[in-house]
Amino acid sequence: MKLPIYMDNHATTPVDPRVFEAMRPYLTNIFGNSASRNHSFGWEAEEATEKARKQVASLIGATSKEIVFTSGATESDNLALKGVAEMYAEKGNHIITAATEHKAILDTCKRLEKHGTRVTYLPVQQNGLVDLDQLKAAITDKTVLISIMHANNEIGVLQPIREIGRIARERGVLLHTDGTQAAGKVPVNVLDDNIDLMSISAHKMYGPKGVGALYVRRRNPRVQLTAQMDGGGHERGMRSGTLNVPGIVGLGEACALAQAEMPSESKRMAFLRDKLKDRLMNSLDEVYINGTLEHRLPNNLNISFAYVEGESLLMGINEIAVSSGSACTSATLEPSYVLKALGAGDDLAHSSIRFGLGRFNTEEEVDYVAGKVIEVVKKLRELSPLYEMFKEGIDLTKVQWTAH
Amino acid sequence: MAYSDKVVDHYNNPRNVGSMDKSDPNVGTGMVGAPECGDVMKLQVKVNPETGVIEDAKFKTFGCGSAIASSSLATEWLRGKTVDEALAIKNTDIVTELSLPPVKIHCSVLAEDAIKAAITDYKAKAKPVTAETAARA
Repeated sequence: MKLPIYMDNHATTPVDPRVFEAMRPYLTNIFGNSASRNHSFGWEAEEATEKARKQVASLIGATSKEIVFTSGATESDNLALKGVAEMYAEKGNHIITAATEHKAILDTCKRLEKHGTRVTYLPVQQNGLVDLDQLKAAITDKTVLISIMHANNEIGVLQPIREIGRIARERGVLLHTDGTQAAGKVPVNVLDDNIDLMSISAHKMYGPKGVGALYVRRRNPRVQLTAQMDGGGHERGMRSGTLNVPGIVGLGEACALAQAEMPSESKRMAFLRDKLKDRLMNSLDEVYINGTLEHRLPNNLNISFAYVEGESLLMGINEIAVSSGSACTSATLEPSYVLKALGAGDDLAHSSIRFGLGRFNTEEEVDYVAGKVIEVVKKLRELSPLYEMFKEGIDLTKVQWTAH
Repeated sequence: MAYSDKVVDHYNNPRNVGSMDKSDPNVGTGMVGAPECGDVMKLQVKVNPETGVIEDAKFKTFGCGSAIASSSLATEWLRGKTVDEALAIKNTDIVTELSLPPVKIHCSVLAEDAIKAAITDYKAKAKPVTAETAARA
């Protein structure tokens, strides 16, 4: 086993060597522009991007004409929301999303609000899921789009996307889902789930950074978007810009591998995740899982070690790469807004650690990580005045703190 | 973010971790911060009532590595100082000693607040050495 151990696979994943090998020719001798229609250099490039388009489409049950290549999920999210808001402005100006979405959605919504779009940010329940009755109640005759992520990037919970799709379809509202974390990890089918738009990123599934896709439904209904990037009219006019051929080839290969290996890999992930969870929970008291375990990515564990501050825990396990919802680890000095949205209290957000297991993690690594985390949590609790007070039976919520 | 060697040393080998009897009249206890803000420091001093010298100092901290290091360092500095000397410790001294980056200055402020709170508590308890405080102890 080699240190450091990478267990932050929701942030990014390493490129699978098989993906790299698929990309290699397109980074060297096959360099054509796939839009060059009159020579073999262009044809070769186009053949490669069209193969990738099929691979991406196949992963989500779409057809290849419905795949628009982008620079990544952030761009896909921007294109979906801004493109729909602009294209359907005459139909309505209301978008529904959720408080726990990624910033690529929330900040895009904030910008749209400045231009007259009304946005409803649905709260989530304590398990991290949106309440379908609240969703139904939020839809008005001005609603043009619902954007709810499939899997959450911090707590890994899976929103009831099929039910949401059904509601959206009944009410004649488009559904966009940010599938960045879900695609390639759990089965997604845009037809069964009534998804009209879906964002995908390559680097979250062992592909390269800087490439992604937006699924845009072509039938029942045909979704139209106003392009947000003007230029040569690539990607059926929805996203101009010369295609990133090696990146797209990598995305395609990553999707094909994820699809082929999902049945066995999702079982392996769930086994490792549950082993990690069980060891932590059996060895430590006052440990809380953030978000429902029942509807969750198999590779995610987001857990709070009460009375221990997250950054100090990360410091003690510095040979393990994970992340924390603690304010001290964020640029804004605010604890995770996702954990806050669960209503568990800021103190548990400060104490949270996100483990993101991946294709290259081993059982030996999980054993090491569990042992190390247990050791450091115990050490920090010896240091924690809060753990001492808890052990003395003091109700910490009744203490007069000197907030600063 | 990279930590300074001194912060890492205090984190790995925290000095004077522990708790003293809060009801001891010679012990002053300061508890500052709040769990929802991500740091709480408890700092205690034991003062020799004859000499006014701090004979022992203990801490427990919930917070980031810099908060732990700031309070650990504070206990080191407090030992052997008189109460008045202790009150002269400034957060900027802690920042300099631990090479804290700007985002961690609040940790040093919290440590200074904890020192002041502990000594205020000691003084409040010790001043009128009366039957009342003796009974409370």
